[in-house]
Amino acid sequence: MTITLNVNGKNVQVDVQPNETLLDVLRNKLYITGPKEGCGNGECGACTILYNGKVVNSCLVLALEADGAEILTIEGLTKDGRLHPIQEAFIEENAFQCGFCTPGFVISTKALLDRNPNPSNEDIIEALAGNLCRCTGYQTILKAVKRAAEKLGVEK
Amino acid sequence: MKLVGRKVKRIDAMEKALGRSTYTHDFELPGMLYGAVVYPGVAHGVLKSIDTSKAKKVPGVAAVATYKDVPNNELGIVTKDMHVLVPVGGKVRFEADPVALVAAETKEAAEEAAALVKFEIEELPPVLTIDRALKNDIVVNGERNDAFHRKIRRGDVEKALEESHLVIDMEFETGYQEHAYLETQGAVAWWDGNTMTIWGSMQCPYYVQNDVAEVLRLPLSKVRVIQLETGGGFGGKEDVPSYIAVKAALLSYLTMKPVKLVYKREWDFRETSKRHPSKSRYRVGFSKDGKVLALHATVYLDMGAYSTLTPIVMYRSLTHAGSAYSIDNVHVDVYGVYTNKVPTGAFRGFGSPQVLFAMESIMDEAAKRLGIDPLEIRMKNALQPGKSTITGHVLKSSVGAKQTLMAVKKASNYEKLKKEVEEFNKKSVFLKRGLGWSHVIYGVSLGSAGQHLDASAAQVHVKADGSVTVMIGGTEMGQGAKTVMAMIACEVLGCELEKVTVLQPDTSVLQDSGPTVASRTTVFSGNAVKIAAQKIRDRIVEFLKKEGYKSIEIGKGIWVLDGEHVPFGAVIRKANDANVKLVETGWYETPKLHFDQETGTGEAYITYTFSTQLSLVEVDILTGRVQVKEVWVCHDIGKVINPDGAIGQVQGGVVQGMGYALMEEIKHDEKGRMIIRNFDNYTVPLITDIPKINAMFVEEEFEEGPFGAKGLGEPSLMSSPPSIANAVSNALGVRFNRLPITPEEVLLKLS
Ligand code: FES
Ligand code: FES
Repeated sequence: MTITLNVNGKNVQVDVQPNETLLDVLRNKLYITGPKEGCGNGECGACTILYNGKVVNSCLVLALEADGAEILTIEGLTKDGRLHPIQEAFIEENAFQCGFCTPGFVISTKALLDRNPNPSNEDIIEALAGNLCRCTGYQTILKAVKRAAEKLGVEK
Repeated sequence: MKLVGRKVKRIDAMEKALGRSTYTHDFELPGMLYGAVVYPGVAHGVLKSIDTSKAKKVPGVAAVATYKDVPNNELGIVTKDMHVLVPVGGKVRFEADPVALVAAETKEAAEEAAALVKFEIEELPPVLTIDRALKNDIVVNGERNDAFHRKIRRGDVEKALEESHLVIDMEFETGYQEHAYLETQGAVAWWDGNTMTIWGSMQCPYYVQNDVAEVLRLPLSKVRVIQLETGGGFGGKEDVPSYIAVKAALLSYLTMKPVKLVYKREWDFRETSKRHPSKSRYRVGFSKDGKVLALHATVYLDMGAYSTLTPIVMYRSLTHAGSAYSIDNVHVDVYGVYTNKVPTGAFRGFGSPQVLFAMESIMDEAAKRLGIDPLEIRMKNALQPGKSTITGHVLKSSVGAKQTLMAVKKASNYEKLKKEVEEFNKKSVFLKRGLGWSHVIYGVSLGSAGQHLDASAAQVHVKADGSVTVMIGGTEMGQGAKTVMAMIACEVLGCELEKVTVLQPDTSVLQDSGPTVASRTTVFSGNAVKIAAQKIRDRIVEFLKKEGYKSIEIGKGIWVLDGEHVPFGAVIRKANDANVKLVETGWYETPKLHFDQETGTGEAYITYTFSTQLSLVEVDILTGRVQVKEVWVCHDIGKVINPDGAIGQVQGGVVQGMGYALMEEIKHDEKGRMIIRNFDNYTVPLITDIPKINAMFVEEEFEEGPFGAKGLGEPSLMSSPPSIANAVSNALGVRFNRLPITPEEVLLKLS
């Protein structure tokens, strides 16, 4: 079956199998490898993408169901080779070690800041509760999200 | 110093922030096949037959491998007690003991075929606990289950216990911990008829090279291993990647095509190593004023079906059994015990968290019974120059133990904090707060048990434009090794940090540099980089002198030649055009240690780090839930090279240690099958669980370390579990002697 997706602003058509997940299609057929597979089970958030503006675990979405969807992955954040302020904030706060969780955290952060430009600590914790990081202990991630919010506030 | 000790950005920050780093999961080659593993699903039995005929018929399947296809089926890092694939007639020793492998054109075809491999197993009763194994009526592997033993014998323990004012006699138990690195294990292998190349997620490329060469009976020169970006290791990617790579290599060898074997999370849970569960009995004697007079400990580690790294892990349990204290009468036995469960192995702390939990609990218990403050009893027994460790290693320098205790006392405002906790508990009925200390030691690098591996190479190559490539034999797995190496190179060369590239290790370039474990990379690879960079710098200076320069100062990206500021790139251009050699190899080996393996006494390690942690917890006595509210932690790691990186390690370690202390648990059913297979029922700390962390450092420099550095990877975790456990015991006034302290465990204790 052929489906049409809008991925990071571009329309693409792709052949998919009935049992294929959206994550597999993005990674293996469209070579968009930012989203990672950490569990394949909806538990770790490494595969987080924005799907029609909402945060979803792409390992839980069947590709067939995604026909017509608008998708944003970490690859879609950079404009003209410039880092997105969220990515800058993650670098400045040293908010990753192995980096395997980073694409998921960055996308979850984007979703949060899109709907709430001034999140409290509690808001951030709630928004990132589905993303697992085994390296950092989350302290620097929390700071990076705050810093990103400040940066985006200044930009506006 | 120009760079060392200053705030810098990670040198690999850009690709990680962009999501562009290439992990094994992301690595593809044309015409690649996908691998799958077949597990028996039975914990103990004899493999009677295997039938691959149906599996081979699945469209897209290129090979189904069994033991018959393995050129050399023996495997094992210390003893060869395991197989690549279980042979017919041989024993299945745990439920995920691989019996067959499949390579196919798609992942789906490979898994479909794997499910169609048929086998018969004559089941045997499984041995699932240490107690059962010690009966030795059913032997899991080799001749007896308690197959490995290490000991310390120093002084007269029985006499000292008799003369003690107080003897604490307690038993302890600890459970599994899964590494839960976010990137599962994986390797890509490609046999081109001449050379086997392996790309993969790993800590120890040279281990992989050795094992692949042995299993396929190839010379080392025909096996080339390249580490890819690695998504966390924590010890879980020490020896295990060898077992993964060997499987991928075998499939590629049979099909002559590149094969990618990436583990699903479930396979990773079931087959790959964990932290050893343990049981121990401690008897510790104290004088009236709280001095430790004698330590008697017997420790059993559950090593699962195969010994893998256990004999080395046991060395660390042994040497860390008395935590960070000076004790003269010591009698310690550590046993490695086979059971029919997943083989356990390396995990950050490497056999020390189990014993540190025991010893630190006892220090608190003694303090309580003697009416001494837990901080004071630690100060009283702490190491300092001139005192000896439990193995009788007399420490000469770089001992900041007491300073770490004092730093935490001050930063936490301890006396005031104690009062606040008391006040809180007086007013609160269902929530109780507690404070818990830990004070731990860590022997840096492999120590006397692994001196044959304790040397490392590095190559530094200054390019014609003044940019620099560095290759080390150690690996980056997220901990920040690349950044530290680049900083060291820049400190010596006076080049620009932004123009340094630290390459992925490649076994075809550098000599075997040992494993990236034991918090040894900063010291070993760091020294090797420093040595190589120094050779190049000296040669450039010599060249400039010949050119007539009188004064040469080395700056940050700039050299000052006779008062004139010259960019590093221009200096190098000059040297390069005059044919000065700008590539060098550095080699660092450890000073030789004197240690008697028979009595377990002597110089156990080249140096030690010291750490103190104080944790404040709040326990809900209705639900049993423990919340860690704040921790203060101080490490003496010698010179801190990259402060941001070091703080990151500490924060990550504290939280991972908290998971071990409070929530992480693996369970098996009565037949020995692992029940926990993914993150839905294996709970690791989330952002919702984290405490406030105050991290501090004491910098008692280690003269052998690069710029005085020691190591941090493991101590960062080790201080956490005993401190948190002590805090819970303190909050509830009952002693917890089992980890993890889950809500159920709390409620059980309170009832
Ligand atoms: S891979 Fe999708 S949530 Fe873990
Ligand atoms: S940085 Fe490694 S999992 Fe988050």
